[in-house]
This record gives sequence, structure tokens and C-alpha cells, in this order.
Amino acid sequence: MTDIINSFVVLLNFLIIPGLSYGSQLALGALGVTFVYAILRFANFAHGELMSFGAMITILFTWFFQSQNIGLGILPTALLALPFGILATIILGLLSDKFVFKYYRKQKSVPVVLAMVSIGVMFVVNAIIRIIVGTETIKFSDGQKFILKAKQFKVMTGLNEGLAIKSSQVITILITIALLTFTFWFLQKTKTGKSMRAFSDNEDLALLSGINPDRVVFITWLIVGTLACVAGTLYGLDKSYKPIIYLNLVLPIFASAIVGGIGSPFGAVVGGYVIAFSEIMVTYAYKKFFKYLLPENLEPSSLVQLLSTDYKFAVSFTILVIVLLIRPSGIFKGKVL
Amino acid sequence: MRFDKYEWTAISIMASLFILVGFIQGWSVSLVILNMCIISAIMTMGVNISWGYAGVINFGVMGFLAMGGLAAVLVSYPPVKEAWHVGGSGLGISFILLVVLVTSVYFITKLVEKKSHKYWLNGLVIFFGLIIIRHFFLNATDRIEEVDPALAGFLGGANLPIIFSWAVGGFFAGGVAFVIGKVALGLRSDYLAIVTLGISEVVVSVLKHEEWLSRGVKNVIGLKRPVPYEINLQSSDWFINMVTWFNSSKLNDIIDPNKKQEMLTNLVIDGSSLFVKLNYAVLFFIVMIVIYYFANKAQISPWGRMMRAIRDNEVSANAMGKDIVKQHLIIFVIGAAIVGVAGAMLVTLDGLFTPSGYRPLRFTFIIWIMVIVGGSGNNLGAIFGGFVIWFAWIEVAPLTTFLINLFTSGLDPQNAIRLHLLDSVPYFRYLLMGMVLLLILRYRPKGIIPEKVRHS
Repeated sequence: MTDIINSFVVLLNFLIIPGLSYGSQLALGALGVTFVYAILRFANFAHGELMSFGAMITILFTWFFQSQNIGLGILPTALLALPFGILATIILGLLSDKFVFKYYRKQKSVPVVLAMVSIGVMFVVNAIIRIIVGTETIKFSDGQKFILKAKQFKVMTGLNEGLAIKSSQVITILITIALLTFTFWFLQKTKTGKSMRAFSDNEDLALLSGINPDRVVFITWLIVGTLACVAGTLYGLDKSYKPIIYLNLVLPIFASAIVGGIGSPFGAVVGGYVIAFSEIMVTYAYKKFFKYLLPENLEPSSLVQLLSTDYKFAVSFTILVIVLLIRPSGIFKGKVL
Repeated sequence: MRFDKYEWTAISIMASLFILVGFIQGWSVSLVILNMCIISAIMTMGVNISWGYAGVINFGVMGFLAMGGLAAVLVSYPPVKEAWHVGGSGLGISFILLVVLVTSVYFITKLVEKKSHKYWLNGLVIFFGLIIIRHFFLNATDRIEEVDPALAGFLGGANLPIIFSWAVGGFFAGGVAFVIGKVALGLRSDYLAIVTLGISEVVVSVLKHEEWLSRGVKNVIGLKRPVPYEINLQSSDWFINMVTWFNSSKLNDIIDPNKKQEMLTNLVIDGSSLFVKLNYAVLFFIVMIVIYYFANKAQISPWGRMMRAIRDNEVSANAMGKDIVKQHLIIFVIGAAIVGVAGAMLVTLDGLFTPSGYRPLRFTFIIWIMVIVGGSGNNLGAIFGGFVIWFAWIEVAPLTTFLINLFTSGLDPQNAIRLHLLDSVPYFRYLLMGMVLLLILRYRPKGIIPEKVRHS
């Protein structure tokens, strides 16, 4: 019996909890991409940089608060700085819309041109970030690092395997739940949310019914900025902030959004978890897990790893390609909020 | 290849920029930039053929370049006999098994009629087949990687002159593009962009981690050259005579024979490095001109006009009986192959293959900026874009340093803001690239040298 519990703890510790927190970060990012796609109708390559920018501003404010000795005790100071980061990210989004994207929207350019334009924005934001904070890795999480340490858990339960829960993981999951609940409530229950859904479903009809497009776009950037900044900051808290990482994060995020059905918020969230769990599950070495379950003479000699961790990236793309081939609209039919 | 007045202006501005750099920063710098410009121009032509002619988006540039680079290694590196000895049979067995697996999947798909049976059977066959293949394969690769890991640890290549790899690189990249195209070309353009971008990352991560094939992150160094080595030049008589002849007036002014000899040695050393770069430039230039000639011929041929028809109106081209899926695949493969040629040339120029050096920002997005800025659909525009953007990419750093010094000249030299800005000089090139792309897309969406539509 203890063997089964032990093996379950192994899975929980190395697979489920990291999967949940990474999945939450991907889900928030994918939700932002999906919003831009559903309302503004283009694939926003600059979304990763938007996340990075939000995280950077949050870090700058965290440093400021730390220098003033303002903190949240056991919680990371970054949570206090987060609202400022969100505000800055929203402003950046609105500025990029006003000076760049709006023109092409009025011109009714094809989506590919807008995607190219977003690459231009990506370069500019990327340069701004690098000029401000350089390219070094920044660790900015403070406060209590672990909620539950592996040793404590062992003493508490008397099991062989430890379970460690980082506070950044719990914070990530809690904030994601709160933010997702709010977003879905907003889309389903409020008048503005309903008008946004109408706009994404049929733009002409929505305009005829008197929905103000500028307002819809404005609200979209509010939501996208918030989601991007929160996702970027949480990722940075969890794994330390590195400006270059976010460019690589864009691809799993796009994969999540498309797998779930781009344009469908629920799909984006599901897609985020699907991608995160499959990346971790395929590249995890199950040796320890089987050690507890199988009798001694059957114990695996190898690592029981399907693919080496180097191919994390390949996994998300294989899933993306398979989904696109079998069900091009994603798991949940996309295109509509 | 008749250029109009506007195009001649563009060409001569570019040429005078290189001459300017030659006089200010030295001819060596100028030639280094020129070589990379030519390679960039070839990559740009490759992308331009698929995007400009047919509107097929290809964000996998990085992956195809890496395939070209792999070709350079596999063609020119001497074979590691011991590695073949210990791992060759295992690799052979796993390859044969893979062929068996693919054929059985093919026949299951053909013969089994019920759809659900088909999926389950295929799934089972693939699952167990892969487990068996994995066993043989990992066994073989582990052994190969153990052979002299500090120097080899991979299979090596065919020991042929590296110049062959330029063609082989094209085939490699084209082959990969064929597979990708078969899978992904039916997708909408923005999906295709994301999928190709992702697959190129997958290609690069395979090259990074399959050490038995490409030596992975341990890099392959000391590749052969298609041009003479500086050391050999410096000791050969004809080269010294040539340098003497070139600098005869300078040398004749010096009377002291010792000083004269010293001066000559220095001139020969400088001259040899310059001569090597010049050789590269000539080789690359020939390739560029050949590709340009055929690309232009193809564009005005009936095939090229059909491509334009497909790009501008898929529905009516289809109604005229053109097989759009097939043509898209063809042009995607051709474009990728040209990018692969450029990738092999790039590795040839560097003399080393570093898989971790392939990053999407540098090798996919910059190339796309070159295409957009130069003018999609126009081959001269593509070349021009490659030249201008690479030139700017290099020359922006000294220029920014100069500007920062100018604007902060009123400040204290140890001022924190000034020092921080000087530290971040390399990042200003990203800012410039982004701004250039945004401005071009806004005010000159067809690029600097736009496409010329010929009606004939």
C-alpha cells in the first residue's frame, strides 16, 4: 500500500504540480493570444514580448519596493508590484494599437500582413526590454520559497518520497483560477462581455446593432495586457526572468491556443494544460515511479523515458500538427469568443 | 536582366556604401560584410520565391539553413571509421526496421476498411515498432557517441570537397521541406507560419541533440575550405610577387632593405586574409548570379505567371485547372532548397557548424524583414533587401555608439545613463529592424524595389 502511495507522491511531485503551474502559465498566455485573434483577427507574434515587458516592469517596481523595505512578508514582493506592471502592459498594448495596428484594421488588411506587423512590434519591444534590463537572468522572487518542503513532508507522513510545493506554484495556480473565473464571468454575464462575443462572432452584425468597435478594441487590450503581464510575471517568478525565454515561449503558447481552437477562450485554457502535461509526461523519466509499483525482479534498468527532455519543444509541435491534421479547428471549435 | 534607372541608383548606392566602409573601417571589414550580405541575399531569394511568387509563407528558414549546414558537415568531414564500425550495423538495422514500419502502416491504411480499426491498428503497430527500433537505435548511437568523444563521437562525413555540399544542402533542405509541405501546406497562411516556425525549431533541436549525426552542441570545427589557406598563400611565391607588384610604388619608396622586407611581410599577411575573403566573395557572387538568373527566368516563364495567378486568385486559378496543392508544394520545396544552399554556404564561410547558434530571431525573422523591405515578388528587390538589412545590422553598432557619444557629450563621462546606453549598443539593432519593418509596411508596403508585373 505504501508503495502505491509513494509512487503517487512521485508523480504528484514531479509531474502533476509542475504540470499544473506550467499549464496555468501557458493557459493565461494562450488566452491572451486567443483574445487578440478573436477580436482583432490576427496572430500576434508580439505576445511573448508583451509578457516579457509586463514582467520587466513588475521587476523594476519590485526592486523599488525592496529598496524602500516595503514587502508582503511571506509572499513575494512582486505581487505588490504586479498592478503597476499590468498598467504598463495595458498602456503598451494600447499604444501599439493606436500607432501600429489600428491603421491596418481600418485598411482591412489580410491577417498575414497584420502578423508581419506584429513581428515588427515584437522587434521593437524586444529591443526596448534589452536596452532597459539587458539579457541577464534575473531572480526576483523573495518571501518564503516553499510552502511544503520535501523533508517536512517525509517527517509528517513517514513516506519514503518527499513532496515539495513551491509557493510560486501555488500562487500561479490560485491567480490563474481567479483570473480565469473573472474572465469567463465577464464574457458570459456582463453587457460589455456579451458585446465582445457578438463582435467576434459577426463584426458587421455587431456594428449594425450599435456596438462601438473602438470600445471593444479598448476592452480587448485591457484584458490582453492584464493576462500577458500576469502570465509573464508568474513564469518569471516560477523559473526566473530571462528576456530571451519569452520568444521561445511564444511557440508553445500558440500551440496551446491552436490545439484548443484559436478564438475559443475555453479551448485556450484546455490547450494550455494539454500542451504542458504532454510536454512533461512524454519527457519525464518514470523509473522511480515504476520502482515502487513493480516487484523487484521486474524493476526497469533504464530511465523509462519516452523522449529526452531536450525534445520538450518537439512534443508540443507534434501535438499541434496532429490536431491540425485531424481536427483543423482545434479541440473546441474556434473563431468565436 | 535590364535594370531601370531606379534600380541602378539602388545598386550604385549599395556599392558606394561598401567602398565607403572600405575606406573608413578597412577593406577587410567591408569584405566580411559583403560576404554575409551575399549569403543573406540568397536566403532572401529563397523566401521570396515561395512568398513573393506564390504567397506561400515559410517561417522555417532557420530549419532549412541548419539542414544546409548539416550537409556541409556530412559532405566535407572525413568519415570516423571506428564509429561506423561500432554503430553502423545497428543504425542499418534500425533504418531497415523503420522502412518496414512505414510500409506496414501504409498498407494498413490502404487495406483495412473500417476507420476505427484502422486507427487502432496503426497506433499499435507504430507504438510497438518504435519501441523495437528505439532499442537498436539507442544502442548504436550510444556506442557511436562513445568513440573518442573529445574529437569525434559522431559518424563523420564523406570527405568530399565542401563546395559539393552547396548542392547537397539544397537537396537536404528540399527534402525536409517536402515532408513539411505534405503535412502542413493545406493550412491557412497564419497557421502555416506558426507551424513552419515550430517545425524549424524541432529540426534545430534534433541537430542539437542527435550527437551521432551532427556532434550536437559539441559543434564541428575545422571544416575544409573551397579557397586557399592564408598560411599557404603567405609562403607561395606567386602570391608574394603579386603583393609586391600591387604595392611596388609603396615599397620602392623605402630604401632600407630590412624595413622593406618587414613591410612586405606585413603586406603579405594582410593581403592573404584579404585575398581569401575576396575568393569567397567571388564564389558566392557567382552562386548568387546563377540563382538570380534562373529565378528571374522562372518568374517570367508560363510557370511563373501561373504562380502569380495562384497567388492573386486561388479560386479562379483552380477553376482554370491548376493543381494548387501540388504547385504550392513545388514552390515551397524550391524556396527551401535555395535557403538550404545558403545554409551550406554560411557554414562553409564560418568553417564551423554550431547547431545552438541557430536562433529564430536572427535566422528567420531578420530574413523576413529583408524580404519585406527589399520588395516581395522582385528578385532584385530580394537581393537588395538582403544587402541593405545585413549592412544595417552590422553598421548600426558603430553608428549608435557615435550617436550616443554625441548626445551625451554634455554629460559626465561616468554618468550612469550614458554608460548603460553604451552597454546596450548591440540591442539597438533590434530597435532599428523593428522600426524599419513597421515603417516599410506602413508607407511602402510593396518594398523598396516593388514587383514589376509584366503583361505579355
